[in-house]
Amino acid sequence: MSSAPPGSAARHVTLRSGVYADSVKLMQVSRDIGAREGVSAVLVAMATPLNLDLAGAMGLAPDGDASPDQLLVAVEAVDEEVLAGAVAAVDAALAARERAGTSADAVPARTTHAGLDALAGGGPVLAIVSVPGQFAALEAADAIAAGRSVLVFSDGVPVEQEVALKRAAHAAGVLVMGPDCGTAVVSGVALGFANVVRRGPVGLVAASGTGAQQVSCLLDMAGVGVSHVLGVGGRDLSEAVGGLATLDALAALDADPATERVLLVSKPPAPSVAAAVAEAAGRLSVPVRSAALSPETPDLTAAVEALLGDLGVAVPAWPSRPGDGTRAAPGAALKGLYSGGTLADEAMLVAAPALGDIRSNTPLRPELDLGTDLSAPGHVVVDFGDDALTVGRAHPMIDPTLRLEALAGVAAGEEPAVVLLDVVLGYGADADPAAALVPALRAARETSAHPLPVVVALVGTEADPQGWTRQADALAAAGAAVFASNAAATRHALELLGAAS
Amino acid sequence: MSLSDLLSAAPTVVAAGVDVFSGALRAQGAEVHDVDWRPPGLGDPADLAALALDPRRAVANRTAVERLVAAGSQLVDVRPAREVLDLPDRTLLHSGPPLTWETASGPMRGALVGACLFEGWAGTVEEAERLLAAGEIALDPCHHHRTVGPMAGVTSPSMWMWCLADPVHGGQAFCNLNEGLGKVLRMGAYGDEVLTRLRWMRDVLGPVLAAAVRSMAEPLDVKAVLAQMLQMGDEGHNRNRAGSLMTLRELSPAVVAVDAPSSDIAAVLRFIGGNEHFFLNLGMPTAKLALDAVGSIPGSTVVTVMSRNGTEFGIRTAGTGDRWFTGPAQTPVGLFLGDFGPEDANPDIGDSAIMETYGVGGFCMAAAPAIVRFVGGSVPDALATTERMYQLTLTENPAMQVPILGFRGAPTGIDVLSVARTGWLPQINTGMAGRVAGTGQVGAGLVQPPRECFETALTALAEEARGAAAA
Repeated sequence: MSSAPPGSAARHVTLRSGVYADSVKLMQVSRDIGAREGVSAVLVAMATPLNLDLAGAMGLAPDGDASPDQLLVAVEAVDEEVLAGAVAAVDAALAARERAGTSADAVPARTTHAGLDALAGGGPVLAIVSVPGQFAALEAADAIAAGRSVLVFSDGVPVEQEVALKRAAHAAGVLVMGPDCGTAVVSGVALGFANVVRRGPVGLVAASGTGAQQVSCLLDMAGVGVSHVLGVGGRDLSEAVGGLATLDALAALDADPATERVLLVSKPPAPSVAAAVAEAAGRLSVPVRSAALSPETPDLTAAVEALLGDLGVAVPAWPSRPGDGTRAAPGAALKGLYSGGTLADEAMLVAAPALGDIRSNTPLRPELDLGTDLSAPGHVVVDFGDDALTVGRAHPMIDPTLRLEALAGVAAGEEPAVVLLDVVLGYGADADPAAALVPALRAARETSAHPLPVVVALVGTEADPQGWTRQADALAAAGAAVFASNAAATRHALELLGAAS
Repeated sequence: MSLSDLLSAAPTVVAAGVDVFSGALRAQGAEVHDVDWRPPGLGDPADLAALALDPRRAVANRTAVERLVAAGSQLVDVRPAREVLDLPDRTLLHSGPPLTWETASGPMRGALVGACLFEGWAGTVEEAERLLAAGEIALDPCHHHRTVGPMAGVTSPSMWMWCLADPVHGGQAFCNLNEGLGKVLRMGAYGDEVLTRLRWMRDVLGPVLAAAVRSMAEPLDVKAVLAQMLQMGDEGHNRNRAGSLMTLRELSPAVVAVDAPSSDIAAVLRFIGGNEHFFLNLGMPTAKLALDAVGSIPGSTVVTVMSRNGTEFGIRTAGTGDRWFTGPAQTPVGLFLGDFGPEDANPDIGDSAIMETYGVGGFCMAAAPAIVRFVGGSVPDALATTERMYQLTLTENPAMQVPILGFRGAPTGIDVLSVARTGWLPQINTGMAGRVAGTGQVGAGLVQPPRECFETALTALAEEARGAAAA
């Protein structure tokens, strides 16, 4: 050991035999000791020629011959006390053992690819994508590449991306449900906005979420279950998409032993696509019935009743509550405040023959567009679930604020009215919609200058978390007439208006 | 269609996005795995979608990784660069993307100066600098010549080259001989000891190794050595100890039988045995063979080169061929030799990131937990690093196994799209050269590429994909 000349820094230079440590470990020790207050230079390293050169350059060369299997401990400090502390710290660091365990801290899957890749075991797998629309194709493409079907809840996906995804899915033998698919039931598992319905022989292919909910709930009330509800996204039956997912979903249900009949539920499809789908459906062995809305076939409930007839099942009396008998004032207008787009369409299609033109933010004809004035006079049906009204806020099935404001606006207006509402139950929806709606209904009816009849289409089942009867009774207690069938609710509103055909 | 599989039983769900539905699914008793989704770390959303939906991508990337994994590597010869590369006089190869004397960093300039002195093109440092500044010495990237070089990667006509061949695809790749640690040319040192060593390597080491390699009945299977060292605590970039020893073992019988003075034979064996990184210059051309086998594949988003010249970091992809995408080289974080510190370190330099491009090195951190200590990490950090790299890559190399991960194959085939989506950059283990020319090595540590490389590569790939879709 070299001793420090008087009046200068203290030095410790030793060569230790029989001690070996990895060079990385030693560099780490050198760095840690070098960071101590008052330590001016450190080299803890095996005494290789390279390291001896480094020590020499630092003025810390050991005396005598060194061999590469010796450990060089060279420390320079401001005084002997700091030096002793530093050397002790070297000894402690060399003796220290890593205390951490040896398992990786879980690395989260950042992509659908990684999430699918991490799955072990067999059995069916479905990906669900609800990321912002501009990124949804990335996640959906992962699922297709992995040979998995995918439900794309996201909206705002460019239509050309939808077409590319569905073509790739077809080639891969998997299904893309969506984009903008909010409702599906696969082997009894409810995905997104879906109801607790019994399992049974009817498969639904749905380009419409609330339409599928209405149909599946009515079937459940008639004692008929569904095998699967395969959503395909609201644009699937447009010219641009050409029914790509509908055709694949029909083929899948055709091959499914649990499915004995298929009902196709949609808003009005593009005529050419409807024809192509009908032609393809005719080639399947499973019977396919269409519940596509149109002016000629405006009524989902009627489609369900026809299907029950096919099955030889009696049509039940659809549950309802009569309301408190409030009649509309003369000259009253229909005010439809909907959360479900297909239910709004159905209401307009059922009401239009009796009422004439109905203006809407999702109009049956472009010239009936409300624009931004949702409080326009006359017969009006507003779909609060339309994309333009859900930007930056939750869907009205979750957040009723806008709809309740509109209800208060109708009550405060000069114009006498009949209010027609839908309330959709099931997974994903408000846990107790009546809790917010009942006080709003009471307040509206109290403040309105005219009698204000309220009719509710209550879409749900007894087994839903909210319970159909519990919600119906609460709404009826507030004076509303309640119907399990949206078509029946609409006709009741027409009767109240004195306009029933 | 195989959709009936989806409908056969209650599905397991993998959910990316808002978690409101996962709760409802769990309430029904469904098995749900949530993706920890974040907005992409880089890239324009439309570019990302164009690549994700490019119908060529799946096949192109499958082709790329099949070639990458299939490639072999045999040591077939040792020859001077002048012969094997047809390297014209007064030409020097360097690491990384193209550069000029003006843009070259300290260690790169030091190595270029040293090579001019070594070749006898200049008698003094000043004269070498004048030649280089005047453009009288041609500079070209190693990667443009099927060659890779660690750190500065400076390769001159008189240097002996490992000549490796891929028996599967027929490719060839080259790398000079490793000089050891400390004051060495590749770290930017050019003093007398450096030049003396280079001359000995030219006059003794090279000829002995050439005779030895040519005498071997079976060529050394370098890929097999790389595979074995991963099971012995090496990761093939910053740790090459086991690989170097295995190489010494394999070469020794042939070296000893070379007709040369026994003192030269002893010096050669001592030199190899004393250099823990001797194998690196065999591992790098092994990786280069595999990535050159990938080559150019339209529609593929696989990275084929990651490389640094001390000033810029550059990458190439299979879908864009020979084009470089560059960004400023980052300075590694790590540990320092002697009393060197972070201020002494040059930005990232060397072709050795070809190891990570191949799926080893930093990507196999789990195989060499000692490395993670360079940044104060622990064994779980090492495992997590490799786990993250699996999410950036397209396949697992069955030949390169990581024991502690249940002998899982190395994460292989870096996907530009996955890098962009995860926002995780490739992990690279590296040496650190001194910032000042002539210094040599100052430390070792960990580094990542700059995001710019991947941003510009992504844009170019998306442009190409759109062009192909329109055609």
